[in-house]
Amino acid sequence: MTKPDLGQLQQIARESRVQIIRMLTHAGSGHPGGSLSVIDILTVLYFSRMRYDAKHPLWEDRDRLVLSKGHCVPAQYVCMARAGYFPESALLTLRKLGSPLQGHPDRVALPGIEAATGSLGQGLSISLGMALGLKLAGKSSRVYCIVGDGEIQEGQVWEAAMSGPKVGAPDHHIDNLCTILDYNGIQLDDHVKKILDIEPIVDKWKAFNWAVIEIDGHDFGQIEKALDQAEAIKGKPVFIVAHTVKGKGVSYMEDNPEWHGKAPSPAEAVRAVREILGLPASGGEPPAWAAPILAELAAMEKK
Amino acid sequence: MPGKSSRAAFGEALLDLGAKDERIITLDADLSKSTMTAKFAKAHPGRAFNVGIAESTMIGMAAGLALSGRVPFACSFACFLVGRFETIRVSVAYTQAPVKLVGTHVGVAIGEDGYTQMGLEDMACLRALPNIPIVQPADEIETKQAIAWAVEHPGPVYLRLTRQNLENVHGDGFRFQFGRAEVLRPGTDVSILATGGPLWNALEAAKRLESEGIHAEVLNVATIKPLDEETILRSAGRTGHVVTVEDHSVSGGLGGAVAEMLSEVMPTPLRKLGVSGFGESGDQKGLYAKHGLDAAGITASVTKFLSR
Repeated sequence: MTKPDLGQLQQIARESRVQIIRMLTHAGSGHPGGSLSVIDILTVLYFSRMRYDAKHPLWEDRDRLVLSKGHCVPAQYVCMARAGYFPESALLTLRKLGSPLQGHPDRVALPGIEAATGSLGQGLSISLGMALGLKLAGKSSRVYCIVGDGEIQEGQVWEAAMSGPKVGAPDHHIDNLCTILDYNGIQLDDHVKKILDIEPIVDKWKAFNWAVIEIDGHDFGQIEKALDQAEAIKGKPVFIVAHTVKGKGVSYMEDNPEWHGKAPSPAEAVRAVREILGLPASGGEPPAWAAPILAELAAMEKK
Repeated sequence: MPGKSSRAAFGEALLDLGAKDERIITLDADLSKSTMTAKFAKAHPGRAFNVGIAESTMIGMAAGLALSGRVPFACSFACFLVGRFETIRVSVAYTQAPVKLVGTHVGVAIGEDGYTQMGLEDMACLRALPNIPIVQPADEIETKQAIAWAVEHPGPVYLRLTRQNLENVHGDGFRFQFGRAEVLRPGTDVSILATGGPLWNALEAAKRLESEGIHAEVLNVATIKPLDEETILRSAGRTGHVVTVEDHSVSGGLGGAVAEMLSEVMPTPLRKLGVSGFGESGDQKGLYAKHGLDAAGITASVTKFLSR
C-alpha cells in the first residue's frame, strides 16, 4: 500500500462521511455526531498508518485499534469496508438482525474488531493489556486506542491512566500504546463542560506521566505528525488530545448535542450529503461515485 | 488432618505450571499475599503485575493480555472481582477474551473480616453471563488439576477458591473432569449436592444420617456452570430428594442452578442450603453453624426435609 497524500486522505474521509450518513439513514438509528468527529483520525490510522491484513484479520503482527467510544463504530465500519475486511454492501446491514455490524462493536461477530466496546471506559484497560502482551511476546506491533471526552468521566479510565506509564516498567515500558482523545466537547445529554468538565485535560494526563500531544483532529497533517511523534517517544505511553467538532462536515449537526445519537431522515441525509460534497442545496453535479447514493437517499425520501 | 486452602493450592499450582509455561501471567490488585500469587511473582517478576487497587483495569488488562496470546490469571477477593461485573460482562465474556478470573475468600467462611470481604453473590452474577464457566474445586488435588485445566481451556473461566483450609476428599488417583459432578458417596434416599467449603461437612452429615437409617448420596459439584445435568438427574431420579449445600447466597448459586434445571426437566423436591441475607463477622465454625452449613445443620435439614 502506498501512503496516500493529504489530499487523498481528505477525499477518503469525504467519501466516508457520505457513507456514514447513508448507513445511519438506512439503519434508522445510531450516532452521527461522534462518527463524523472521529472519521478523520480513523482515516489516517487505516489508510496511512496501521499495519494489518484485512484478509487475515488475526495476523499476529498487526497493529491493533480499540475504538473505546464504541458508539461511533459506523465510522470504523466504513474504514474496514474500504480496507477490504468485508464488502461495502454489508454497510447497509448496520444494526439489522443477523448482521455482524452490531450497533456497538462485537469482536466475535466481526473479525478485525479487537474488543467489544460501547460500555464506556473499558477500552483503555484492554489496550494496555494488549500493548503489554505484545511487548512480552517481543512484537513490534502498536496499539491505538480512541476514547471519547464524555467517556473519560468513567473511573476505570483513570485507573488505566495511573497504570499506563507504570505497569510494564522497567523491562516493558508501554510505549507501543497511543491513546487518542476525540475531544468534540459534547456527550449524550449536553456539552461536556456543562455535564462534568474534564479540563485541564492536558495537565491531567501529563501529571499521570503520559506524553501528551495536542492537535486539531481534523487536520490530516497534524494527525500524521502527531502519530509520527508518538512512535518516536520511548519509555511512556502517549496521549493525543485531538480537538474535533462533533458532527463535522454537516452544518446542522456541528456542535449540536441533538445529533449525538439520532439518525437523519432521508431528507436530512440528502442535505447532509450535498453539504459534504460541497454542492448547493439543489442542482450541481455530484461526483460519479456519489450520484447513486444521492439518488438512493432521494428515493427513500419519497417513500 | 486438615488439608490446604484452595487458594494455597492455586498458588502452588501456578508456581509449578508457570515454570513450564511462559504464557502464564498473574495480575493482582494489591491482594497478592492473600490470593497466593505472591510466590509466583517472586519467581517470575516479569510475568506478575500488581496494578494497585484497581480491579476494573486489572480485568480489562487481563482481557488485552489474553487477546495477545498470554494466559492471564486475574486475581482478587471474589466480591471485589465480580463486583466489577460490567467489565467482566463486556471486556471478558462478550469479547470472548480467555481470561482466568480467580476469586478467593468466598463465603462466610472467611469469618472475622465480615460481609464486605465475603464473596457471596459471585456465582449468581456470573451464572447470568454467557460464556464463562464456573469451577469451585473441593480440595488441594482438585484445585491443582482445575488450574492446569484452566490454562489449556481456550475461553474465559471463573475459579472460586476458599480462604480456609479444606479437608482432602480425593485420593492420588483423582482426575478432574470439567463439567462433571462426582458421586463421592453413594446412597439411595437423598442426593446432597455440595460445592466448595461445606462439602466436607456434607460428607460428615451423610455419616450421621446413615446412623439414623438415611442413606444419603453425596455429590461434589465442582463445575457449577455448565451443570452436569446427566449425573445430577441420575442421582435425583434414584433418590427422589435433592439438597444443595454451598457457602454462597442461597439465591442464584448452585441451589439456584439445580432448582432451575430440575424444575424444567424433572421436578423433584428440593431444599437449598446456603447463606441468607448478608454475612457478618465471626468465627468460621460459628458462622457455618448459624447458616446451617456445618455437619449438624446439614444433618438436621436433611432429616426435616425427608420427614415432611
